[in-house]
Amino acid sequence: MVVNSLVIQLLNGLASASALFLVASGLSIIFGVTRIVNFAHGSFYMLGAYVAFSITRALPVEAFDVLGELGPHVRFWGGIATAALVVGLVGIAIEIAVLRRIYHAPELFQLLATFGIVLIVQDATLAIWGPENLVGPRAPGLRGAVYILDQRFPQYELLLIAIGPAMLGLLWLLFHRTRWGTLVRAATLDREMVAALGVDQRKLFTGVFLLGAALAGLGGALQLPRETLNLQMDLSIIADVFVVTVVGGMGSVVGAYLAALLIAELQALMLLAPPFTIAGIEIAFAKLTLIPSFLVMAAVLIVRPYGLLGRPQAAARVAGAAEPVLRLATPELTRIGLAALAALALLPLAFGDYTVAVATEIAIFVLFTASLHFIMGPGGMASFGHAAYFGLGAYACGLAVKYWAAPMGVGLAFAPVLAGLGGLLFGWFTVRLSGVYLAMLTLAFAQIVWSIVFQSDALTGGDNGIRGVWPDEWARDKAVYYALAVALCIAGTLLLRRIIYAPFGYALRAGRDSPLRAEAIGIDVRRVQWIAFAVSALFAGIAGGLFAYLKGSVFPTYVSIPKSVDALVRVLLGGVQTVSGPIVGAIVFTGLEEQLARATEYWRAVLGVVIILLVLAFPEGLAGFAQRRWERWRGGGE
Amino acid sequence: MTRPSVIERRRFLAGTGAAAAALAAPGLVRAQGAPIKVGEINSYSTAPAFTLPYRNGIALAVEQVNAGGGLIGRPLEFVHRDDAGRPEDAVRHAGELINNERVDLLAGTYLSNIGLAVSDFARQNRRLFVASEPLTDAIVWAQGHRYTYRLRPSTYMQAAMLAEEAARLPAKRWASVSPNYEYGQSAVRWFKALLQARKPDVEFVAEQWPALGRIDAGATVQALAAANPEAIFNVTFGADLTNFVRQGNTRGLFERRSVVSVLTGEPEYLDPLGEETPEGWIVTGYPWDQVNTPEHTRFRDAYRQKFNDHPRLGSVVGYDTVNAIAAAIRRAGAVDNEKLVDAFAGLTFQSPFGGVEFRAIDHQATLGCYVGKLAVRNRRGVMTDWRYADGKNYLPPDAEVRRLRPQG
Amino acid sequence: MSVLLVESLRKSFGGVEAVAEVSFAVEAGEMLALIGPNGAGKTTCFNMVGGQLRPDGGRVHFAGRDITSMPPRAIWRLGVGRTFQITATFGSMTVAENVQMALLSHRGRLWNWWPRATRLYREEAIRLLAQVGMEDQADRACSVLAYGDLKRVELAVALAHDPKLLLMDEPTAGMAPAERIGLMDLTGRIARARGIAVLFTEHDMDVVFAQADRIIVLNRGRLIAEGAPPQVRADRAVQEVYLGSGSTFGGH
Repeated sequence: MVVNSLVIQLLNGLASASALFLVASGLSIIFGVTRIVNFAHGSFYMLGAYVAFSITRALPVEAFDVLGELGPHVRFWGGIATAALVVGLVGIAIEIAVLRRIYHAPELFQLLATFGIVLIVQDATLAIWGPENLVGPRAPGLRGAVYILDQRFPQYELLLIAIGPAMLGLLWLLFHRTRWGTLVRAATLDREMVAALGVDQRKLFTGVFLLGAALAGLGGALQLPRETLNLQMDLSIIADVFVVTVVGGMGSVVGAYLAALLIAELQALMLLAPPFTIAGIEIAFAKLTLIPSFLVMAAVLIVRPYGLLGRPQAAARVAGAAEPVLRLATPELTRIGLAALAALALLPLAFGDYTVAVATEIAIFVLFTASLHFIMGPGGMASFGHAAYFGLGAYACGLAVKYWAAPMGVGLAFAPVLAGLGGLLFGWFTVRLSGVYLAMLTLAFAQIVWSIVFQSDALTGGDNGIRGVWPDEWARDKAVYYALAVALCIAGTLLLRRIIYAPFGYALRAGRDSPLRAEAIGIDVRRVQWIAFAVSALFAGIAGGLFAYLKGSVFPTYVSIPKSVDALVRVLLGGVQTVSGPIVGAIVFTGLEEQLARATEYWRAVLGVVIILLVLAFPEGLAGFAQRRWERWRGGGE
Repeated sequence: MTRPSVIERRRFLAGTGAAAAALAAPGLVRAQGAPIKVGEINSYSTAPAFTLPYRNGIALAVEQVNAGGGLIGRPLEFVHRDDAGRPEDAVRHAGELINNERVDLLAGTYLSNIGLAVSDFARQNRRLFVASEPLTDAIVWAQGHRYTYRLRPSTYMQAAMLAEEAARLPAKRWASVSPNYEYGQSAVRWFKALLQARKPDVEFVAEQWPALGRIDAGATVQALAAANPEAIFNVTFGADLTNFVRQGNTRGLFERRSVVSVLTGEPEYLDPLGEETPEGWIVTGYPWDQVNTPEHTRFRDAYRQKFNDHPRLGSVVGYDTVNAIAAAIRRAGAVDNEKLVDAFAGLTFQSPFGGVEFRAIDHQATLGCYVGKLAVRNRRGVMTDWRYADGKNYLPPDAEVRRLRPQG
Repeated sequence: MSVLLVESLRKSFGGVEAVAEVSFAVEAGEMLALIGPNGAGKTTCFNMVGGQLRPDGGRVHFAGRDITSMPPRAIWRLGVGRTFQITATFGSMTVAENVQMALLSHRGRLWNWWPRATRLYREEAIRLLAQVGMEDQADRACSVLAYGDLKRVELAVALAHDPKLLLMDEPTAGMAPAERIGLMDLTGRIARARGIAVLFTEHDMDVVFAQADRIIVLNRGRLIAEGAPPQVRADRAVQEVYLGSGSTFGGH
């Protein structure tokens, strides 16, 4: 009996692995060639499911009657294939309309653009298909189950189990037996070389996007008989798909299959494990469903920094211009900055409580953004999980209130400590990687923190969070708290700025510019990056603590992926390579969000469009753009 | 699925960062005084399936109130805000509604954590908050306070209704499947406790805790089947539920097993199941098509006429939120915050479901729900053999409530 | 005592022996050229001496100390400067700041969090730049410099911590012929004046025979000749290697 259950559960894992693989392979192929981390890949998956739903419903049954018994099959599978194709075409449209224009922008900007696409697709899906969950039709002839080891097993799941390896085989043939496939493989290894051979890169990229998007669309469409269609499908799969792609090795299709298998099997088998007790703590694997995949990813990346079958990325030789020289602000600019600060200080005198509260929030996000910028800009380490440290800071305050009934001062002191310790711990692993892998490991750590916080009801209050985290009596007044928050945030931001211009910041930048040279003049690059990571986490923690007392409560949403993405968006909007970038980015993005959320029903789509337009118009960020215009106007600079 | 045209103040952006031009909303009644404003916060963008019918219910009730001359001579107006599923945004909106929009009270919220966040804001700022949809027990018990009242039957009440039914079943070996967060955890905890109080020989042999919205349905069904329970208590809902039901049906998990399930009879969750609705499940819900009391028929007809759609449970909750607020304002004879808060204690009003009271002891309304069995008719899921379970019968004894809710 | 002493260095990549049993020594103030055709194992040798690669066997001694398998930064701290075949500089810094970076590291001030780095050791950096003729370009961004100028900056950086040994991998690659002689002449003068030992590889035989005090020749990972320039020039094995590989053996 136990053995039977085990075998069936293994089969369940295989079925889930196929679905994951289809989506992940598309992402992997797109990344391999274009180097784009496509956040919108989950959106392709969701679109695939919805489009297949509409097609299979719209095709009239009678039209297929001429085919006799085959009719329903052709209708269903034709619908699935058409949906995949439609999504592929959507992928092409996006590639041509948006991504093609920014291939020469820094890599992360493309990520930002795909994030804008996620927002637009979400609202478009809501507008077209409505808010209610949709249940798709079952596959004709595969509605029932077969008996395996005396247990009923759905026929459709068996088909899925077969589709995964079949698709893997087809992709292998495509990449090894066709000229186009060979070019794609070559481009994955070295895209400049392929360009030098006279291959039209644009066509290649467009083709790759078609393939990748269609695979995701197919993955979504195949879910029609087993998954309920809902508007959260995109984001709920994207994290898993990132994990699979990274564990397998970005760009490796076989790796993606192995990783999908590994993770899906682990998740399926875990559900069978009975709860057990270690050192008085009950551990129920069935309750920890969110954590294992990220633990696997962290473990794999620590042992194999490029995933199971991945290769170190050939550094792109023409990846845009070199980073610009950071120079100290001119006296004029310093004066403008001081004037802006003075204006901020007077804000509460002129406006009501709400404006002051929003301004407080903006100030907090300025510090949070500056902390992320510190490792992203000078450090060259893009963190996709910076909310972890913001959240740790907030939870430090929440826990201090919950368990010690501590005053605000204690909470605010504890916040950077906990966040900094988190940064030290996670950073130690993180700085051993680079590029996308590093980013994904930060994401994994953030998800681990989120899962722990979200699912440990007893310690953290779970999703209901910790409430009653209000400031001490003296700081209850909105204006007073504003003054406190602004003072701390500005001090923190200026301190980070100071560090960037100090020898430590220079050492950090040296490690980013040329690790080879940095090591050759005695700089321990990893150590510098590690400490920078922890410092950045520490400042993010301060921001998180201030945020907790502003909102009066702490929730898992503070640690969630959207919080991390928002921070990333703020940094990129402002500009990575200017020191004032994070300030501009935080103010613009937070202000925009606040206005949009109140103003329109489809605010996400509007925000997405705005993000894409900003990316297209200002590929160096708003502050970067302003700086260049300023320099041109002043006639200085090179 | 037409979008509701809701009376609300809309702002359109003139451009990024530019000042927004305010457009005044057309009031239905040119009333005498300035409108009484209710600031309403809900997850419109992240949970539209539940919040849009709810907003329709509000719009219907507001229209009816104003058509009847408003309240204490003033029209009623709702100002809606989208919290995007984030408690921190809800708190920001609460501040904005009070400081900028100058609303007289707060209402709304769907997710428990957002309800708790706004409730805590209400306590801090001493403002009345009528929590319409969140289910968590904490909002009236552990975290209860003077300024928050909750309308919808709570997790405890739903679990109690189902435990009563479950105790009548012969099953002794139970398993549970529940989303792994506070709502799911409390529902399972209460159900276990209440069922075992009625039937001490019941044992729970397996627990599955899929993450919300992320159920691995095939594997979960298999893991439950491996424990071979006689009955299953289900707390999953939405997409998780549909996936679970599909895999369970195909794999025969529900054959020769009783299933007791929370909320599944609500049209929001039942409609998507369609012909795959699992027959025989004992559920809480809302058989909108079969409740033919005069007050419900009146509500259903008016709703259909205005929106050309059938009401969901959310529609009733939205409708009752307005009715409760209206009743409180009439009772207080003013919109003074403290007087309104006092008026809510022991307030009675008429719901499409019948008479409802806001209990003074814990600020929980006695709104109930319908308990029945699922069946498939015309390829649609429906409730059969249902009865109305009045909420007042499914709350703990007063002494227990006093222990659960901080007094003073 | 030799400044650098290399004994029986070995390294294989996937079964292919890149460097086999290579031993040599460099004395203070001496310019030792390491030459050989493409793929002879010169850069591999360099990277094992500089710490970028871990040897499979053999020892490297610097000033009497075993530095085998030490990380590059530790080797640098002992007094070994290094330039790379493809220049490695900090593109987001000015020319002066590149040199200042090395000075900051040398003086142990990397972990300073407050002072403005760009103002620290600036004069000293300018003096170093002056030695290589780059002081006029001190405030330009490194990323916009001509390749030859970058090589000079690298030399200034390598000299910043007063090294006892300079490792220069193809110091003149990518430079115009006239510039090459100039740069190596400059290096030679500085090295002799300060008693710095210099180990360099070079393709341009004019440069090699003009500047090197001594030459060692590597072929297929093995040392095939060693000696003063005239001696090496006359070596039959060396001639064979160079003629055989089709390379021009300059200086004839």
